[in-house]
Amino acid sequence: MKRLINVRPSRVWRIGLALLPFAVILLLYISASDARLAENPQDKLLPSFTQMGDAINRLAFEPSKRSGDYLFWQDTLSSLRRLGIGMAIAASLGMLFGLLTGALPVVNASFAPLLTVVSLVPPMALLPVLFIVFGLGEVSKVALIAIGITPFIARDIQKRSLEIPREQLVKAQTLGANSWQIIVRVLIPQLLPRLIDAVRLSLGSAWLFLIAAEAIASTDGLGYRVFLVRRYLSMDVILPYVAWIALLAFIIDYALAKLSAVAFPWHAQQEGKS
Amino acid sequence: MIEIRNVWKRFDDNIILENISATVKEGEFVTLVGASGCGKSTFLRMLLGTDSPSQGSILLDGKAIPSEPDSGRGVVFQQYSVFPHLTVLENVVIARAFERSRLGFLWGAAKKTAREEAAELLNIVGLSHMLHRYPDELSGGMRQRLAIAQALILKPRILLLDEPFGALDPGIRADMHELVLNLWRKHKLTVFMVTHDLKEGFHLGTRLWVFDKLRVDPQAPNAYGAGITYDLPVGACEPELLEEIDGSLSANKQAEEI
Repeated sequence: MKRLINVRPSRVWRIGLALLPFAVILLLYISASDARLAENPQDKLLPSFTQMGDAINRLAFEPSKRSGDYLFWQDTLSSLRRLGIGMAIAASLGMLFGLLTGALPVVNASFAPLLTVVSLVPPMALLPVLFIVFGLGEVSKVALIAIGITPFIARDIQKRSLEIPREQLVKAQTLGANSWQIIVRVLIPQLLPRLIDAVRLSLGSAWLFLIAAEAIASTDGLGYRVFLVRRYLSMDVILPYVAWIALLAFIIDYALAKLSAVAFPWHAQQEGKS
Repeated sequence: MIEIRNVWKRFDDNIILENISATVKEGEFVTLVGASGCGKSTFLRMLLGTDSPSQGSILLDGKAIPSEPDSGRGVVFQQYSVFPHLTVLENVVIARAFERSRLGFLWGAAKKTAREEAAELLNIVGLSHMLHRYPDELSGGMRQRLAIAQALILKPRILLLDEPFGALDPGIRADMHELVLNLWRKHKLTVFMVTHDLKEGFHLGTRLWVFDKLRVDPQAPNAYGAGITYDLPVGACEPELLEEIDGSLSANKQAEEI
């Protein structure tokens, strides 16, 4: 008998074992839902899959009676747009600050302590400030994501750029490179895959900020919808929405990972080695 | 060409190097050997410009050597010398890009010329079959060949090698010695090579410097720094001397360890 730490499942077993917990959860849910609905067909807590399907069908494929929009897609589009713009701003600013503080000791001396302090401010606590300054429109939601994520990305990129071996920078100088050329040809290309990693890691918080901002003040969006229908205990809408958000998050993460692997093949090799 | 005048190096209370003076003519191949931590790499960094003497001066053609690395002094480190995000060919071409374009990018005809030139140089160091691979796909020896090609494309006057073959297998090392000697003769370089392998020092180059402590205080091992204890022309010395130097280096090392 092999030691447990040496037992590795074969490919088929691996897939089976991976699917097993999902199947168990699904089964538990269905049986619990059936039991409750048998007791009381009006029960809202654990809707059946048919009820959830109906709810999503209504939201996704029938125009809303009030506005004529297809709410599900409208919500998805609004949320993704906010998330996209917020993350784009955070990634650019984070890259800029991280790169400059990482590459130039002069900038580091004056901005690195500030960056550390700023990153300690809980972004959610700034949300009221953002609402006051930017109003309740789109800007404050995008700003929350940007403000919440930028310090994390900036610090990560700063750390990564300091991790690039000094030998490479010396080497570039012995090849006659000036500061600009070193930043553009040596630092930025090596930091881009790390930026993608940082964005992937911060997407979870970005969704958190997005849904919180939408819950508090919005007229559409995935977060807005789940908090809106909470008033009617509409679990048949909330649960599919949550699953949809998880699926979107997974797709974005997967797409970024693929992008990194295709655009920076050398990075994947390095990762594989270490 | 290079004049070293009474150079001292201290870190706080620790004296690393004491009172080093020497003159090196153009085209010499100087090998620096010594126990680890004796300051030979520090000395090389001073020649490179990433470190400066605490006292004394290093002159290049009568002027103080620039205190920043530049394209007149090529370098190969033991590792991390090449850019992992560029292919072998691009690793060499980038030197021309730094030189010829303010922004650091080459286009069109300039790019083509630089690529041809780089490919030729890579052929000399034996990497012509690896042009489009990334450094992480290469073996340690190939990576050092690449680093050497990269350091030579701009034809520096001085080539600094910091234990360049320290991590390589003995067989590959011999090939690398051959390569470095050929390139040195062909390009009329002035070479400084740090190594901890005394035999390598005797085999390569024209001149051997042994770095060691001139005085040792067992109570305060860092009170005295290392100097050049032997400055020998290579080829003119007996095997007995090699053993003697080897013995004295290890004796001092033991004294420190006690």
